[in-house]
Amino acid sequence: MSKDFSVHVEHVTRVEGHGNIILDVKNGKIEKLQWNVVEAPRFFEAMLRGQQYNELRSITSRICGICSIGHSLASLKATEDALGVKITNQTATLRRLAIHAENMQSHILHIGYLVAPDLVGAGSVFSMLGKHTDTVLKIVKLHRLANEMSDLICGRTIHPIRLVVGGFSLQPTEKQLIQLKKRLLEAQELTTELAPIILSVAGNLPSFTRETEYIGLTSDEEYSFYDGDIASTDTGRHPKYQDYKEIMQEYIVPHSTAKYAKHARESYMVGALARFNLNSRQLHPVAQDIATLFKLKAINYNPFMNTIAQLVEFSHSIQDSISLIDTLVDQGIKQEKPVKPEKKAGRGVGIVEVPRGILVHDYTLNSQGYCTKANCIIPTNQNHANIQQDMEKLVPEIINQPEKEIELTLEMLVRAYDPCISCSTHYLDVSFK
Amino acid sequence: MKQKPRVAVFDFADCEGCELEIADLEEEILELIEIADIVSFREVMKEHSDSYDIAIVEGSIMRPMDEKRLRSIRSRAKILIALGACATMGGVNKIRNQWMPDEVKKEVYGTVDLKGNELFDVFQTKALNEVVPVDYYIYGCPIDRDEFKSVITAVALGKKPDIPRYPICVECKKNENICQFELGAFCLGPITRAGCKAICPTHNSPCEGCRGLIKKAETDCVKEVLERYKLSYEDIRRRCTMYNYGRKECSYDE
Repeated sequence: MSKDFSVHVEHVTRVEGHGNIILDVKNGKIEKLQWNVVEAPRFFEAMLRGQQYNELRSITSRICGICSIGHSLASLKATEDALGVKITNQTATLRRLAIHAENMQSHILHIGYLVAPDLVGAGSVFSMLGKHTDTVLKIVKLHRLANEMSDLICGRTIHPIRLVVGGFSLQPTEKQLIQLKKRLLEAQELTTELAPIILSVAGNLPSFTRETEYIGLTSDEEYSFYDGDIASTDTGRHPKYQDYKEIMQEYIVPHSTAKYAKHARESYMVGALARFNLNSRQLHPVAQDIATLFKLKAINYNPFMNTIAQLVEFSHSIQDSISLIDTLVDQGIKQEKPVKPEKKAGRGVGIVEVPRGILVHDYTLNSQGYCTKANCIIPTNQNHANIQQDMEKLVPEIINQPEKEIELTLEMLVRAYDPCISCSTHYLDVSFK
Repeated sequence: MKQKPRVAVFDFADCEGCELEIADLEEEILELIEIADIVSFREVMKEHSDSYDIAIVEGSIMRPMDEKRLRSIRSRAKILIALGACATMGGVNKIRNQWMPDEVKKEVYGTVDLKGNELFDVFQTKALNEVVPVDYYIYGCPIDRDEFKSVITAVALGKKPDIPRYPICVECKKNENICQFELGAFCLGPITRAGCKAICPTHNSPCEGCRGLIKKAETDCVKEVLERYKLSYEDIRRRCTMYNYGRKECSYDE
């Protein structure tokens, strides 16, 4: 039982950004166990100082390559909230399509390229080729479709172009949308084929549980991504979105350039599993079937199941996108000009669900429309404390396993959260005089 | 047959979007594997080797600890390629250089004592070539996948990559777009290096200058455009600071 060892993983691989895991064990007792974020801080809120309202979305999109559509949408919602801009129904529908495209792109990248290698004992998707070529090609096909969907709606997958204050700089044509629908129907079939393949290796996901709080958006109308109230599995619904800071209480720890967050407990979790735990009843039946296949039921307290919740959401996003396209085609898609703001000054808060969880942008604009104060609350920041808490419960449970196994399990835990570390080191809210 | 060059991908302060553009090549990445071996790429693979010929480096340099890591990468690589706006010119990370690091740190971290903590020891944002010599540049925020393929193919085959030396307007006209100025927008296309197929104006959004300013920009022409559309010179300077803070113009061989 008494053994001395250390697990030091510098720059965990197959995650976005730089994070380290440190575990020191002496005489079988944990001396040190830390999840550290070592990415260079980037000061995004400081960089927004003095920028004009219509440029905020361009700059904040650069917080993250994977969720640049989500950052753009949170940014636009905050700007439009500040300036009293009311977007059209068509814009709202197209933005929902944009968020689905990003959700699909990010989820399949995580499931297929970042997690799958662990499940089949490979180091990367490249080394999965050969034995698992068919599966890799299915994943590649789905990933490509999600990217091309983003390209169509947003002009580009990474750092969207068409998403602007008040609407879109350019809209897709009816013909393009009908074509997209056809491909989405094929993608749903492909997803249904992929699910049992993932199930066959899902036994390699650790069966670990720890009760925690889950936070995300919720709404009466839909499985929330673009709109909704902040909700918690502990404290229920919080309709006052401007008071998000009461829910997402951020704080600083010295070993991490990203902030941590807590609410009702020591930590909470956001992301696909949080959304599933809050809103699973609103999933499309096809997505519900996938959840049933994996015996995933709300509330599920196993963080490793986040990847499976992503697969469920992937299927839901396909199906909901098909419905949204039907709506657009029925109503006839118009080339609309963006709605112009009538005032320049104000404070606005924009909240959306991005692949990794709930995201907040909060801006104050002066009478010339320039930003004087900005705050962004990033999903991954809200998960750091929960990762740490999970590790503290997990390590004693696996401490007798070989060191290599412990290291792999800890890496898999970090990966399960799909952390986006570049995002999370945007850092802190800043006030300018 | 000559051995395939060994390629490693690294990142510093950035959004990792340019690396994602590489991952988004999807099955086309298999064509690149034909001419080069990828031996390290932390974002997508666990395998890692310190023995490589070509280092592709993304991101800006913010701290002494990053400088040290970059120098070590440079010492191992025969060829170093800067990937994307953050690496080639500092990108949006340079917006904060209009204030001193102490000022930004104080504003951002407030009263929290972080003295002696190397994680937070930031200096003004640097592009890679402000720390080590860079051999080739792949511009853009994000990079253009086709340009990435052509640069990597050229370098892997021992040739010099061909990067455009003319402004975005050339590509924009080729796409038969209506000029953004004509539509009442303010566009940096006339002074920005081409190579992105004028993607932003093609989606009816003005150029933001993410590929850097071209050498010997036709400033008289730009002034004329500004006058014609009653725009101020402050506007053009401020827009230039999104990607080109503190830079006058790019040279091709920096």
